[in-house]
Amino acid sequence: MMKIIVCIKEVIDPNLAATSLEFDSVSNKVVPLPGVWLVINPLDERALEAALRIKDAHDGEITVITLGVNLDRHVLRKPMAIGPDELILLEDEAFAEGDSWSTAYALAMAIKKIGNYDLIFCGRQAADWDAGQVGLGVAEILGLPSITVAKKIDITDGKARVERVTDDGHEVVEVTLPALITVGEEIGELRSPTMAGMIAAKKKGAIIWKPADIGVEPSQIGTTGRRLKLVKLFQPVHEGKCEIIESETPEEAAISLFQRLKEAKILK
Amino acid sequence: MAEYKNVIVCCEVKEGKLTPITTELLSCGKRLSDDLGEELGAVLVGSNVTDFAKEAIAFGAHKVYVIDDSLLADYQTDSYVLVMEKLAKQLMPRIILLGQTSTGRELAPKLAFRLGTAAALDCVELAIDPESRLLLQTKPVWGGNALGTFICESYPQIATVRAKTMSPLERDDSRQGEVIAIDASLDSSAIRTKVLEKVPEEVRGIKLEDAKVIVSGGRGIGSAEGFKQLEELAKILNGAVGASTPPCDNGWVPFGARIGLTGKTVTPDLYIAVAISGSSQHMSGCSGAKNIVAINKDANANIFKVAHFGVVGDWKKVLPIFTEKIKEFLAGYG
Repeated sequence: MMKIIVCIKEVIDPNLAATSLEFDSVSNKVVPLPGVWLVINPLDERALEAALRIKDAHDGEITVITLGVNLDRHVLRKPMAIGPDELILLEDEAFAEGDSWSTAYALAMAIKKIGNYDLIFCGRQAADWDAGQVGLGVAEILGLPSITVAKKIDITDGKARVERVTDDGHEVVEVTLPALITVGEEIGELRSPTMAGMIAAKKKGAIIWKPADIGVEPSQIGTTGRRLKLVKLFQPVHEGKCEIIESETPEEAAISLFQRLKEAKILK
Repeated sequence: MAEYKNVIVCCEVKEGKLTPITTELLSCGKRLSDDLGEELGAVLVGSNVTDFAKEAIAFGAHKVYVIDDSLLADYQTDSYVLVMEKLAKQLMPRIILLGQTSTGRELAPKLAFRLGTAAALDCVELAIDPESRLLLQTKPVWGGNALGTFICESYPQIATVRAKTMSPLERDDSRQGEVIAIDASLDSSAIRTKVLEKVPEEVRGIKLEDAKVIVSGGRGIGSAEGFKQLEELAKILNGAVGASTPPCDNGWVPFGARIGLTGKTVTPDLYIAVAISGSSQHMSGCSGAKNIVAINKDANANIFKVAHFGVVGDWKKVLPIFTEKIKEFLAGYG
């Protein structure tokens, strides 16, 4: 039986970033306006989809693990409704505001405590800080081979055959399990939960682990453990204004747009 | 105690020469090493790569470290991290720069974790802080809605750089430099992955990264059929077709057409965004375009905040006429 672990992160809905977040360049903090909600990091949802496909094809068990503070239990219901068997929360103030190192370290220590696994899936980056390193860091700390940006995975006889995206196409890579795999958009969207799944998820509990439970060095987790420090947070100033081509009908707008671009020598 | 000094750049080679991002990195590295009063080194890792050392020198490197071994023919994390780890421990560079490429975005974090330091990926700006002499690493965060500047107080400081954000220096073949061959000393058993096959993507016509004109579509195109109209316009303009994420998820276009933060970065002269809302994740991939034209029926769409020209209207009514006018113009009638 395949034992699969999926690492997920709760983030503020990325669709809200343009309208409902303030980036305070004095305090270097992100200030959410009232009413923002959390979602599962979209690429971590896709990591879960990758895990579910393996579970569909082979006999498998999925453990979802997430690290954070004041984790929103509602948000966790959707992933738990779709197929995972177990949910582990690394929930403690001490884990908060970490960087890729301190987060990967905590996740890796938790996974060490879980013990046996064949595959670990992670999204390639989180929609908040876009660091793109935790998956690779977990693999490095656990001494596992890693394959990134997988778009298709087949398992045979303890080996994964992975199609991964490259800059000019894709390549097929083979690795003996256990291994860690990260995914991007190319793997596909997470399937929708059923009503029955959502109801069952409501009843599913979660295992909560604190720093002491997973044997981490306090100085290496959360904000204290950061190796990369944020010194400035700001929004680029956008110069220029969009020239809206006004007209009575869309067809006339098309003609005016063409003429405007010709006039500006953009169309030659 | 020995000091960390100098900047090194990891070079990538394609089609018989240094890749464009490599030349951009070398110029960025030169600027940083000049600011530090230190030297720029280039690193060539691969098989049969020794000949490219001259090119690295022509683009600014004082020294080129060549690690040439048949086991390094294909990039694989294990082998490349091992050789870079050994090199970093030997040279003790202050800064290591890589491209934000398929290789760099894997190698940089793995190397940082291996060496007990940190990396920042997808940097769009790099500078030396005059007081601390630390590398100020600026990269997009929050889906490209903001920029964050980071520092790392451990060495080496490692950063990957986004393509087309740093201009390459002029190539100067009269520049002199030293080429140092380094033994890979690799044990093939240390390489835990195996590359079975490499499949180049099928590109009909111009590659997105090279196109001077791109016609790009979003969720509002509605179908693969709809994209045919964009293809027609792109063809007339000698351009390429791009897309945001939803058309790719829906299978209307291949993922290779995807432009964005985790997709392709393009810098065409003309970017025509058809039925694209203009999320920052998408705009991160095309904000370098010289002229952005947007057609969208939602007047409040974010695209109108970043485009240069816009039409608020239904693309199904606007695009055919627009295409027709361009056809006439190029045929000599307009």
